[in-house]
Amino acid sequence: MIVDDTALIFEKSRPGRRTWMLPEPDGAPAEKLIPEKYLRKAPPRLPEVAELEVVRHYVRLSQKSFSIDTNFYPLGSCTMKYNPKINEKIAALPGFARIHPHQPASEVQGALQVMHDLQGYLAEISGMDAVTLQPAAGAQGELTGILVIRAFHAERGQGHRSEVLIPDSAHGTNPATCTLAGYKAVSVKSNARGGVDLDDLKKKLSDKTAALMITNPSTLGLFEEEIVTICRMLHEAGAQVYMDGANMNAIQGITRPGDFGVDVMHFNLHKTFSTPHGGGGPGSGPVACKKHLEPYLPVPRVVKRDDAYALDYDRPKSIGRVKAFYGNFGMHVRCYAYIRTHGPDGLRRNAENAVLNANYLKSRVAGRFQIAYDRPCMHEFVINGNPLRKLGIRTLDVAKRLLDYGFHPPTIYFPLIVPECMMIEPTESENRETLDAFAEALMKILDEAKANPDLVHHAPHTMPVGRLDELKAAREPIVRYKPAGGDDVVSRKS
Amino acid sequence: MDYIQNSPDDAAAMLKAVGAASVEDFFTSIPKEIRLNRPLNLPPGMTEQELLAHMEELAARNRTTESCTSFLGGGAYSHFIPSLVEQVAGRGEWVTSYTPYQAEASQGTLQSIFEYQTMICELTGLDVANASHYDGSTALAEAVAMALDHSDRNRILVSAAVNPQYREVLRTIFRQLGVEFVELATFEGATATSGLAEFAATAAAVVVQSPNFFGVVEDLAEISRAAKAGGARTIASVNPVSLGLLEPPGACGFDVAVGDAQPFGIETSYGGPWCGFIAARMELIRKMPGRLVGQTVDDKGRRGFCLTLQAREQHIRREKASSNICTNQALMALRATITMSTLGREGLRRMATLSLQRAHELHDAVTSVPGVSRPHQAPFFHEFVIQTPVDPDLLNERLLARGILGGVDLHQSYPDLRNGVLLCATERTSKADIERFRAGLAECLKDPR
Repeated sequence: MIVDDTALIFEKSRPGRRTWMLPEPDGAPAEKLIPEKYLRKAPPRLPEVAELEVVRHYVRLSQKSFSIDTNFYPLGSCTMKYNPKINEKIAALPGFARIHPHQPASEVQGALQVMHDLQGYLAEISGMDAVTLQPAAGAQGELTGILVIRAFHAERGQGHRSEVLIPDSAHGTNPATCTLAGYKAVSVKSNARGGVDLDDLKKKLSDKTAALMITNPSTLGLFEEEIVTICRMLHEAGAQVYMDGANMNAIQGITRPGDFGVDVMHFNLHKTFSTPHGGGGPGSGPVACKKHLEPYLPVPRVVKRDDAYALDYDRPKSIGRVKAFYGNFGMHVRCYAYIRTHGPDGLRRNAENAVLNANYLKSRVAGRFQIAYDRPCMHEFVINGNPLRKLGIRTLDVAKRLLDYGFHPPTIYFPLIVPECMMIEPTESENRETLDAFAEALMKILDEAKANPDLVHHAPHTMPVGRLDELKAAREPIVRYKPAGGDDVVSRKS
Repeated sequence: MDYIQNSPDDAAAMLKAVGAASVEDFFTSIPKEIRLNRPLNLPPGMTEQELLAHMEELAARNRTTESCTSFLGGGAYSHFIPSLVEQVAGRGEWVTSYTPYQAEASQGTLQSIFEYQTMICELTGLDVANASHYDGSTALAEAVAMALDHSDRNRILVSAAVNPQYREVLRTIFRQLGVEFVELATFEGATATSGLAEFAATAAAVVVQSPNFFGVVEDLAEISRAAKAGGARTIASVNPVSLGLLEPPGACGFDVAVGDAQPFGIETSYGGPWCGFIAARMELIRKMPGRLVGQTVDDKGRRGFCLTLQAREQHIRREKASSNICTNQALMALRATITMSTLGREGLRRMATLSLQRAHELHDAVTSVPGVSRPHQAPFFHEFVIQTPVDPDLLNERLLARGILGGVDLHQSYPDLRNGVLLCATERTSKADIERFRAGLAECLKDPR
C-alpha cells in the first residue's frame, strides 16, 4: 500500500494545467444566449490537473481500499462473493450501456427481454407470481413492498391497520421503512434459539397489524424453523408477510419464500446475484409478490405482448413510480448474466457451498470463540464477543487487528441483540485455505491479546492510516475541502 | 456453471472436519414440507463463451445512441465520457469493495467521496453534500423529506415544469403521509412567480427545476425571494453540467439542491445506475439523508477520512430515522468525480458552453422548418420544446427510418402542449447532425398525417 501520497486532487491543482477532452466552443458566446443575470459570477473550483495526474491519483486511491479482488471480505449479511469479470464486460456493451431510457420500446427489445426474462427467473427462484425490477436498492425494495401492502389493505377497507411487526434482530432499514410508509414499527422478541418468540408475536399481533417484516434466513444466520406457523398466524389475523431477502444466498434452489407463506419480498441483486458492491453502491432491490398484490406494483411493468416486449403503464391500482425510469438496468443485465451462467444447478451449489463454508469456518473457531447460537448455521454465523473483555479487548480491537493480517473484518456490533457481535459470512467463493488462514488469524489475535495487548489495542499498524478519531469527525464536521486561507479560490487562472 | 473454488475432495474434507455426513445436515432447520423437491425451472447454465455470444445477441437487438443521431434528453443525457473513466473506475479495487465502515482499510473510497462531496458543493454553491443517492428523482424526494422534517406545514409547492417522473415519485413516496402537493403553473415555459410569496406562506417548501423540464432557465433568485418571504424552504433540482455556466442555487438563496450526476461520465444505460446528489446549507447538515464522509485525524495526527454523523442514519435511529437509505451510489459517484477532475474548470466551461451553443444552433435550424413552432420564448440551456402538426409518435417513427432518434414525446405529461416534443443537444451533437435533423424533419413534416 502507498502511504506517502495523501494529497487531495484539489491540492494537486495548479493554474493552467488541463486535459484535452473537448474543443474550444466556436459558437455564439454564452452572454449572447443567456441573460447575464442567470450566468454564474465565479466558476466552480474544480481541480486543474493534467490527465496523468488524474489517472495516478485515482489509481493510487484505489490501492488504499480493501476489495473482494484483493482480500477476503467476510462481511456478514453483505454476501461479498466473487463478482465475475464477464458481467462487467457485458454491462458495458454499447447495446446495453448506450441506450437512452426514452427510446421507443421497439428500439430496445433486447433490453426489455433481459428485464422480462429476469423477472421470470426471480419469480421462479422466490416462488412468487410477479416481479418489479424498479427499486434501486434493498431499502427502496422494502418501501415498495410495504407500500404495496398498504394499498392492498386500503382497497379492502383495512386502512385502519397501522402497525408492522419486526423481529428485534432486523436490519435498521426495516423499522425506518415502516415509518416512511406511515406505519408504526413494533418490535418482536427473539427466543433463546434465535428464532421469533411465538408468544411475543401472539401478544403483539392484532387487528391493527398490517404486516410482519421478517428476514429469513435471519441476520443471525438461522433459518426460521417456525416460518410456516408464523405466516399462518399473520394470515389468520388478516395481515401480510413481507420478507427481507438479504440472505437469499443460503436458500436459492433449496426452499422458496412463496412456498412457505411469504406474500412479498425483495432481493438484493448485489448480494445473492453478485452485482458488484462498488464501494457502497449501486445496489438493486427487485420486489417479488404473490398474485393478489401484483396490481399494486410500481409502473411501468415490463410485459410481453404477442412476440414483442413492452412497458405497461395502464395499472390503475399501482402505487406509482418509486424511481425515475425502470430501475438500475445495468445491474439487471449483470444479474441476468449471473443466473444464465449458473442455471438451476449452479445456483443450488452456491447455496450449499455458502452454507458449507460458513459451518466449516464456525467449527474452526468454535473452540476459542463463543458462538451465539450453537446449531448448524446457514450462510453466516455470529460470535458473541463479550468473553473477549476478560482478555482486555473488544470486538472492535479484533476487527482492526484483522486488517493487519490482510482480512476485511466481519460485520461488527450487528445484530444488536448479540453483545459485542461479530457476524461472519464467508460466501461460497472462498477456498478452504483462505478460511483456515482467517480462522488462524482470529485465534492468533486472542494469543496476542494475552502476550502483547498493546499490539491489539492500537491496531491496525499496516494501513495507510491508524485508528481514526471518529468522535472528532462528528464534533467538528469537515465534510468538504476548503483551501487554506478560507474561502479563497483553489488555484488561480491568470 | 459456478465460481466455486473448493473441489469435491475439499468439500468432503470440510464436511468431515465439521462432523457432518453431507450438506443436508446443515439444512435440517428447514421443514421438509417446504423444501423444493425439484430443480428450479431455469435455463441450464452456460460457459463464459456461450454467455457472451448470447448477451451480444441481446445487445444487438437494441439501437444505441451511437448507431443513431440522438436528440433525446428529458433527464438522461449523452455526453462525452473520457477514456480514462472506464479504465480507472473499472479497477477491481473500486468495483468490488463495499461501504467504508472499516475506515482504515477504505481510505481510497472515503477520500474519493470526500472529493466528490467537495465538487458537488462547488457546483451547487452550497455547504454540504452527501455521499450520493440512488438518482435525481429519489434525491428530490429526500430533499422534500428534509423540508417536511423541519416544518409544521405539510404542503409542498412543486412547479409543473419539474420532471414529470420526479413528481410521480414524490406522490408515491409521500401520499400515505398526508403530504399535499400543489402544482405551480408556468408562463412561457418558466414557473410563474406572481403570488408565489402568499402561496409559500402555507407551504413547507417550494420545489423547482432549473433548467426545467422544458429546458428553460428559471429565475432562481426571484423564486427564492418569494418563497423566503412566505417562510418556505427552497429546493432546486439542477442539471450539473449547466452549473458550469449558470448561477448556482446556493448563490440564488436556495436551501437545498438535488440532481443527477449522470451527465458526468455515467452511461445512460437505459435509466440506471446513475448518481443522485443532494447538497444543502450547513444548518441542515443533521437533516441530511444517507452517508456523509468527514475529515479527521488518526492516532498519530495524520489526516484521514471516515463516515460521520451516522446518528442520523437508519442503522442507529431505526424507526426514528427520516430516511431508510442504506447504500449510496459510490461507484457512480466515483465516475462523476473522475470525470469532473478530468474536465477541470476549463473542461466544464467547454462542455456547458458547447451544449448551450449546439442547442441554440439546433433551435435556429429546426424553427426554420415550415410547420415548426415554439410554445416558449424564455431563455433555455440545452433543451427546448417544439410543436409540429404531426403526432410525435408518427414523427419519431419517420425520423427513425432516417437513423434519427427524435425528441421526447410530451403528449402524456403535457397534453396542453399539443404534439409537443422536447429536443436536446450536447457537445456530442455535431453541426452535421443538426443539418441532418433539419433536413429529415422537413421531409417528415411534408405529410402531416
